Amino acid sequence: MIISVMVTGSPVSQQSARTALSFCEAALAAGHQLYRVFFYEDGVYIGSSLTVSPQDERNINADWSAFVQKHQLDAVICVASALKRGVLNENEATRYEKSASNLAAGFDISGLGQWVDACLNSDRVVNFGA
Amino acid sequence: MKTLTFLSRQAPFGSSKAKACLDMVLASAVFEQQINYVFMDDGVWQLVRGHAPEAIGAKNTMAALPALELYGVDKVYALEESLTGRGLTPEHLQIPVIVCTKTQLQAIIKASDVVTAL
Repeated sequence: MIISVMVTGSPVSQQSARTALSFCEAALAAGHQLYRVFFYEDGVYIGSSLTVSPQDERNINADWSAFVQKHQLDAVICVASALKRGVLNENEATRYEKSASNLAAGFDISGLGQWVDACLNSDRVVNFGA
Repeated sequence: MKTLTFLSRQAPFGSSKAKACLDMVLASAVFEQQINYVFMDDGVWQLVRGHAPEAIGAKNTMAALPALELYGVDKVYALEESLTGRGLTPEHLQIPVIVCTKTQLQAIIKASDVVTAL
């Protein structure tokens, strides 16, 4: 089955990003195909490479970045959500004259059209909101 | 063409959920999909006319609702029990909606390819 996933919950204060990662790992292990993972609203914080976790806690941002790179997934951070929340790649940082960029490896910044495209090309779209 | 159903369940101001849902609806409309835009729970407050959120520093996102028709989004629903539970009638709303029952909403969801709740 072709599956796409959308994450809207905050990786810092909600469980959704971690549950979504477990779901994606299980989906691949079961032989399904992940067409795209789309991060929207507070979910875009997953794309920040600047998060620091206490030593006895797992860094969910690092886990997601490693996961999408390992499986070469199409992982899209919504541009409108990301700009508001200070998640920028080099292009956006330059465009808006910001002092730094922070998008983690493995992610792309793009628009909501990528989510609609995922809906049109997937058998299932699963949302992780809170 | 796919049928995309959006369940907008949050009040218009106080969180970004209402705008996030509206943006998804408009993006889907650009792709010319069959769209059901359902307002339920506190989401029905988004439909009420006369919002003036500028006083709290918020943008009146819901001012875009009358443009839905131009985008081809003509299946706009409000859940009956959400309206009546809040003392709202269609006369309070800024756009015409199809008032639907829970049973009708179940049928809408069942006939959808993708359901997104925000």
